[in-house]
This record gives sequence, structure tokens and C-alpha cells, in this order.
Amino acid sequence: MNPIPFMKWRWVAIALSGLAIVTAVASLSLQQLNWGLDFTGGTLIEVAYSDSADLSSIRSVLAEEGYEGAVVVSFGTDRDVLVRLPDGYSDEQGALMVDKLRSSSDMAIELRRIEFVGPQVGDELRDDGGIAMLTALGLVMLYVAFRFQIKFALGAVFALAHDVIVTLGFFSLTGLEFDLTVLAALLAVVGYSLNDTIVVSDRIRENLRKIRRAEAIDVINISLTETLGRTLVTSLTTLLVLAALALFGGEMIFGFAVALLVGVTVGTYSSMYVASTTLLQLGVSKEDVMVPEREGADQEGMLP
Amino acid sequence: MLILIVVAGGFFYAAPNLYAPDPALQIAGASSSQMIDRPILGRAEQALTDAGIPFFGEVIQEQGKSALLRLTDRDQQLRAQAVVARELGDGFIVALNLAPTTPDWLLQGGATPMKLGLDLSGGVHFKLEVDVAAATERRLEQYEIGIKKRLREERVRGRVSLDGQRAVMQFRAEADREAARKLVAELYPELFLDRVDETDAWLLYADVTEQTITELVDYAVTQNLTTIRNRVNELGVSEPLVQRQGRNRIVVELPGIQDTAEAKRILGKVANLEFRLVAEANAPISERQRFEYRSAGREGMTEWLERDVIISGESVSNAQAGFDQNSQPNVSISLDGEGGMLMSRATRANVKRRMGVLFIERKYRTRYEMTESGEEVAKRIPYDEKKLLTAPVIQSALGAQFQITGLDNPGESSELALMLRAGALAAPITFVEERTVGPSLGAENIRLGTKSVQVGLALVVIFMMLYYRVFGVAAVLALSGNLVLLVAIMSLLGATLTLPGIAGIVLTVGMAVDANVLIFARIREEIRGGAPPQTAIGQGFDRAVVTILDANITTLIVAIILYAIGTGPVKGFAVTLSVGIITSMLSSIIGTRALVNLFYGGRRVQALSIGGVGGAKVARQGAAE
Repeated sequence: MNPIPFMKWRWVAIALSGLAIVTAVASLSLQQLNWGLDFTGGTLIEVAYSDSADLSSIRSVLAEEGYEGAVVVSFGTDRDVLVRLPDGYSDEQGALMVDKLRSSSDMAIELRRIEFVGPQVGDELRDDGGIAMLTALGLVMLYVAFRFQIKFALGAVFALAHDVIVTLGFFSLTGLEFDLTVLAALLAVVGYSLNDTIVVSDRIRENLRKIRRAEAIDVINISLTETLGRTLVTSLTTLLVLAALALFGGEMIFGFAVALLVGVTVGTYSSMYVASTTLLQLGVSKEDVMVPEREGADQEGMLP
Repeated sequence: MLILIVVAGGFFYAAPNLYAPDPALQIAGASSSQMIDRPILGRAEQALTDAGIPFFGEVIQEQGKSALLRLTDRDQQLRAQAVVARELGDGFIVALNLAPTTPDWLLQGGATPMKLGLDLSGGVHFKLEVDVAAATERRLEQYEIGIKKRLREERVRGRVSLDGQRAVMQFRAEADREAARKLVAELYPELFLDRVDETDAWLLYADVTEQTITELVDYAVTQNLTTIRNRVNELGVSEPLVQRQGRNRIVVELPGIQDTAEAKRILGKVANLEFRLVAEANAPISERQRFEYRSAGREGMTEWLERDVIISGESVSNAQAGFDQNSQPNVSISLDGEGGMLMSRATRANVKRRMGVLFIERKYRTRYEMTESGEEVAKRIPYDEKKLLTAPVIQSALGAQFQITGLDNPGESSELALMLRAGALAAPITFVEERTVGPSLGAENIRLGTKSVQVGLALVVIFMMLYYRVFGVAAVLALSGNLVLLVAIMSLLGATLTLPGIAGIVLTVGMAVDANVLIFARIREEIRGGAPPQTAIGQGFDRAVVTILDANITTLIVAIILYAIGTGPVKGFAVTLSVGIITSMLSSIIGTRALVNLFYGGRRVQALSIGGVGGAKVARQGAAE
């Protein structure tokens, strides 16, 4: 089959990725992320009224009781109400609030959940998250450099960093809440995108060895064409289940599903363009993947 | 063959998760000596029958320590609890529970269902932090007091003060300092001593080493852990979890608890010990109180104590069982600086009198009240039950460190030390995180999670069948086997299922297809390259395996990092993801291959039903790809 000249459009891809990253970074530095309770600390209370709840009267009750800075929104249905108290309220004040709401309304109020996160825990989680992300990127780079070659490792890490930044940018732009599950999703995106990139890199390496008398750019085009079917099918099945999760999984898992939906989409693109373009710009050649020992040693060497 | 065994094993260990648990009531005695026997269970049964609540499977467990009653209707669980609690009265704890319905033949093979996380079962999750700084400060005070006392006893003249993490001793003569150095080294070998000469003074610094502080923190945390365990038991929760996390955190999980305010009050209570003098016989009644002994051997015996409290448990920093010079069992008690001062002030003038140690437990009395609408509501009224642990004679003026002697045997001394430690908090604790999930939200999360798994799985199955035909069937079968194995391994590991964990399962379903897709793509290529079907299958599998391993090992690295940093629900996600990666590798490399061999093996095959490469389609499909 004829290879599709993917790399002919790489300048478009570079421009596109560049634009996406610049937008993401700009948005992250200008309006940052809508940090969830896990990272900011504070109190979150979800209650269910037996009938549709009157948000303005809840707000006035809370204002009377001296809960300054309380944010009252409806959550999912008009009967579910979410109250967020900023950091600084004690855990007892949160629990007391439910009693106050009960006595102010003649409707039955059911407590769905209370989450209280102290400020020190929030800071720690944020630091740990950052460290985990960097450790993941570092270890992956080492592994790929060891199993493939340093140019491939750089390509993979560029692709991963690209996905993480663009997904973060998406959360910053849309103002979706960034909580602990979204952080977990982001690490899962790293894992997924990596999976994709490795499959493509693996094929490029194989073809560099196999196809003689071909420019690197042609080898990459051939490899991308060969893996395109697999890349699309896997992304499609993953996106299918993620869509199911986003639509039916409920509010608590929505952010997680959205982060993965965005991340997997970006990851599919990046494994094709970002990693390969990096390889091309770094001037990958046959010499980089030559097997030093006898022919076929790579096969045995790859098995654990 | 082996695959069949593995899959059968998978089904066996995954099976318990299919049996929905029964709503149940668990009855236990409020104190450990209260046994549950047939007549008591009979009263509970009668009460339920009278109230018209159907039940079954009543059984006495743990050699009479508790009993279980299963209910047919989940909605009646709360009402049943109220009815039984009313009938049995305050001597018993009636807790809501979910009783597993795993059949015996599964249980005998060691198969048990997965535990549900709090976000699915409902309940409270607390994270407590032990105030390490306060514990360290307290220890330093103890050093200061101890050194001062020792120097005074040995008539070494010098000044002792605290300066940050060290004790500073100042002497007029070098001989004094040398004497002090020997004494301190003997008394506290863990301190690091350093001599510094100044123009008009000889100084001795005693530094607390990092190792000592680590040990101290460990001690304070384990101590608090024990205390909190005891207090959790007061709450009467069916399956509580109390666990240390990291250096100075304690995680408490209480499934099914609704009244978080009360739970927090009990857990956060500072201390529950009181030291009081035994009242003199002629003391006016308004100044004394009568208390019963706590131990079973002295039942009914009482003692009159003064109303004034010398110190309470928060001043007690340690209590250890040991032996004195005559190898008689004793308990050594350490107090903090303030406690030591109060103790010495109170005992100096009262040598030869006796001092009582009270242990305080929070208990409940239930009262039933009629509301305006004529409904009867149960009101739990908490009260403190104070009982006497011991009342030894004061032999001399006591300080920050003293011993209780005259105990009958080592068993008694270790029991007393345990109770003293349980009543003291080695260091103050604060709540740094709290997550409460109501039972309705938990049930909803289960429903939503199950639905998204079903929908996701259905979509993938349809897609694979349409796209890969017969090979798609093989992949779907392998995928189902993969799911069964995943659930089986999670059950075997005793992993807890959380909402993000369910998301992990869903994600695994999506990604597990990948390995199959890789293999099938390779086989298609081999066919296009002109290889005969059987060779194409063999080559396709062999060449894809390398790629699959590389791709999955890197993903596994990420999942392990996620496990290392994650807490609670996120850890659940990391576990499902890791297990999912491993089982999906196995199922696609071994499982799919076996199925494909089953379909096509051992015969000459003209064409493979793998979709997209049949005859004229090759060119079109190839171009589209």
C-alpha cells in the first residue's frame, strides 16, 4: 500500500501544537486552574432536598448564620445543592451547617456528603502530584532510552509533556474543576499516550532496520501508515468506553472522564506527529538503531 | 488446558462478587464480657416478628461475641435496628451491616467478595494528624525535669534550661560538669553530649538526636493509634479501619456511620484518665464521690474519692509495665512538666494516703420520646462512665516520674499499663481531612458505575465484532476472560473497590483491546504480504508480543507511580489499572492465541475471517488505513 505522506504536513502540525501549547501556557499563567477542594483545602457539603431547592433562600440563611464566602450551587438536579466553604472554616462548622439548613427549611434534607480538607493536606497533595508527574516522565524517558535510543526517549517525553500541557490548558480554559481524580486521569493519559508512542516508535525502529535505501522521512511515513489502523481502532474503543463513563458515570467521575477524553484524543495525535517530528528533527538514522551484535539478536534481547 | 484451569479459577474467585450481600443487623455486647446467647437472640427475633419485619439466617458468631440477623428488605434496616435496640436496651450495640451471601463451597476455597470503598458503601473517612511538635516539646520537658532531679540528688551544682532542640547545662567548675556528664550519659544514653568552654562557665549541651525524635514520633503515633482503636470500638461500627499513614497521620474509616459530629467528638477527645486522692473517712459528703472498680476480679468493690482532680490523662506521656529491684511487677508512669508539678504539690503533704486512678469511657443511654406527630424516636444520650483502675498508697512525694508497685502479677501490671496508655494521648491530634458519603449517594455511585461498565463493554463488543469478525469474537471472549480475571485477582488481593476503581475497570476494558488490535493488525499485514494463513497467525502473534510488552511495561511504570502517591480512591484506581494491564497482556497474548488456534488450528485454512483483508477489500481497506 502507498504510504501516506504524513511528514509533509509536519510544519502544520508543529504550528498547531505550538499554538495549542502557547494557548495552554498563557491560560495557565493568566487564570490558572480551577483547583478543586483536594488541593485548596476547605469544606464541601452536598445535600439533597426532598423537592426543588430555593438557592437564594439557602444563600440568605447562610449569610445570616455568618458563613462568609460560602458558594451555593445546584448539583446535577435542582434538588441537589452543593455548598463550598473556603479554607479557614473548621470541620465542625461544616457539620453544623447541615443542622442550620434543616431547621431553616420544612423540607426533608438528606446529607449526601461532606468533604473537609485541611490546608496542609491540600498543599501536600499538590506537591506530591507535581513530583509524581515529573517522576513518571523521568522514569519513562530512562526506560525508553534504555530499550530504544535517546532520540526516541526525547520524542516520547516531548509527546507526553505536550499531552499533559494541552490537557491542563483545556481544564484551565474551560474552568472545569481540577481535583484529585483529574490528576489521576492525567497520569493515566501519560500511560495511554506512552503506549501509543511506543507502538509507533517500535515500528519506526523496525522499519529503519528493515528498509534499506530509504530516507528517514519515508521510513517514518511508512511506519505511521502501517500503524494508523491500530492507532485509530485502539483510540476509538478507549474513547467509546470513556464516553460511556462521562455520560453515565455521574458527577463525581465526570471530570476524570473528561480529562481522559481530551488526553486520549490529544495523545493519539501526539504519538503520530509530536514524537515522529521530534525524531525527524533530531536526525534519526539507521545508525541509531543498528544492532551491534549478530543479526536477529534484537528479537531475543527484547524478550524479558 | 492451562488456560482453561486459569479461567475456571478466575470464575471461582470472581464468583463471590455476583452474590449481592444481605442487609443485616449485627448485635454485640457493649462491653467485651457481655456474651450473646440464645435467649438474647430470641428476644431480638421476637421483637422483629412483633414489628412485622421479615428476617432469616440468624446466627451467633465468634463464640458468642456477636450475632447476625439477615433481613429481606433493605428499606427496613433502619427500622429493624431501632426495634432491636429498643428491645435489648443499652447493654448492647446494634449495628447496621451487610452480610455476604457467598455460598459455603466458595468460602471453603478461600473465595471472598471485594470490599466496597466508602464512596460506594457510605460512611466516614477521617484523616488525623498527630502533633509531633507537641510530643517533642513534652519529651524535652521530661529531659529537663529528669536531669534537674538527678543532679540535685547527686548534689551537682549547676543550671539546666531548654534551648530549642537541646538542654543546656551551665556549671561553675569543670569537675561539676564532668560529674554531670557521667550522670546524664547514664540516665539518658540517647542524648548527644557536647562540652563547650566559655570564659566564666563550663557548658554542657545535650542534643536530642534525629533518631530519638523518629522513635518518639513512632511511639506517639502508635500510642494514638491504640487509643483511637479503643475509642472506635466504643462507637460500635461493624468493620472499622484504623491505620497509620505516612509519618504522623492516622486514617480512620467508619462504614455506615451517619452521626459524624458524635464520631469526631469521641475520636478527638483529649484524654480519659483522672488521678484523685482517696477521700478521708471524715470528709464531708459534698467533697467525695464513690466509684466502682473496673477489673472483673474486684466486682462490686467501691472506693470514695475526692472530687478534686490532681491531673487528667493529657498530662500522662507514658506508662510502661516492668519490674522493680526485687523483681516485683510494677508500672512506671511519666508525666509532662506541668503534670509533674501538680503531682508533687498534691502528694507532698499526703504521703501514706492513697491515690485513685479513674478510667473514663463514653457510653450511651437510650431514651424513647414521643414526637408531636405521635411517632416514637430513640434518643441516644451520651454519658461518661468512670471506673477505678487502681488505688495505691503514696509512699513518698511523687514527681514527673513514679512507679505503681504492689501488683499481684505481671499480667496485672501490663493490663494496668495498657489501660493507662489507652487513657492518655501521647500527643494531641487534629482532623486534617474528612469525607462523609451518605448511603444514598453510595448506592447511586454503585448503580452509575455498573451502568457505565455495561455500556462501555457493550460498545466495545459491538465494534470489535463488526470490525474483526471471527477474530473479533476471539478478542471479545479474551476480553471477558480478562474482566473475570481482573475481578478475581482484585478479590484475592483483598482490594477495595472504589468509584475511580470502577473507572479503572472501564478504562482497562477500552485499553485491553489494544493488544488484540496490535496482533490482528500484524496478521492482516502478513496476509497482505502473501503469507499463508497459519504462518500469518504465528508470525503476527510473535512480532506483536514484543511491541505489547514494551508498551505495557511503560504504562505499568506510570500506574505504580500513581499507586505510590495516590490516597484512598485514587489508589483504588491505580490498583485496578495495574492489575488490568497485567491481565490484559496475559489474556491477549495467551488467551486470544488459544482461541484463534481453536478456530483455525490443525487444518488447512483458505481464508481468515479477520475483516478488511478479504480479496478485493484489501486494496480499498489498505488505502483507507
